[in-house]
Amino acid sequence: MNNYEMMVIFTPVLSDDEFKAAQKRYTDLLAANGGEVVNSNPWGLKSLAYPIEKKTTGIYWVIEYKAPSDFNAKLNIQLHRDEQVLRHMYTALDKYAVEYNDRKKKGIPTGNQKAEA
Amino acid sequence: MAKNEIKYLTAIKTDKPRKKYCRFKKYGIRYIDYKDVEFLKKFVNDQGKILPRRLTGTSLKYQRKLSDAVKKARQMALLPYVTDLLK
Repeated sequence: MNNYEMMVIFTPVLSDDEFKAAQKRYTDLLAANGGEVVNSNPWGLKSLAYPIEKKTTGIYWVIEYKAPSDFNAKLNIQLHRDEQVLRHMYTALDKYAVEYNDRKKKGIPTGNQKAEA
Repeated sequence: MAKNEIKYLTAIKTDKPRKKYCRFKKYGIRYIDYKDVEFLKKFVNDQGKILPRRLTGTSLKYQRKLSDAVKKARQMALLPYVTDLLK
């Protein structure tokens, strides 16, 4: 069971409940394959730094999850098949990343604020 | 012919280039998050290019992590690949 983090950009034309349905679809897929959600964090509508598929805004969704190592392949197929998804990226998290994420979730100041100077 | 060379009583104070340090080692940052755009913008010039180590002074280990994070942020359209007046 490794730790992964996935960020998905949906098309901006998606309504709110479609967005929730899409989230639920992927979390159910995750649960079906024996994974578990650590933290789901929808960012909502954000403007993109450069247009993707002629769209300048997208709905961001970040999810941190634990899953067996073969799960990502299935996830990849689903994501490529889904037209609502503009772009997706899942990354493996090492122990520092996991520690960083739950510090951020709990509001404990991570090191970055100190390095702001 | 007046000697045009001006002599100062005290030497002109040229500020010694201050010692650059690796910000990640100093503040003990272990993971550079690709989602934290404000933080990444400090290491990118106003055209969106990654600043070299000789300017930021970061160590090689963290410069690699930094470039990975910036490239991931670019992939997910959080940072532009090329722009002008990013800041």
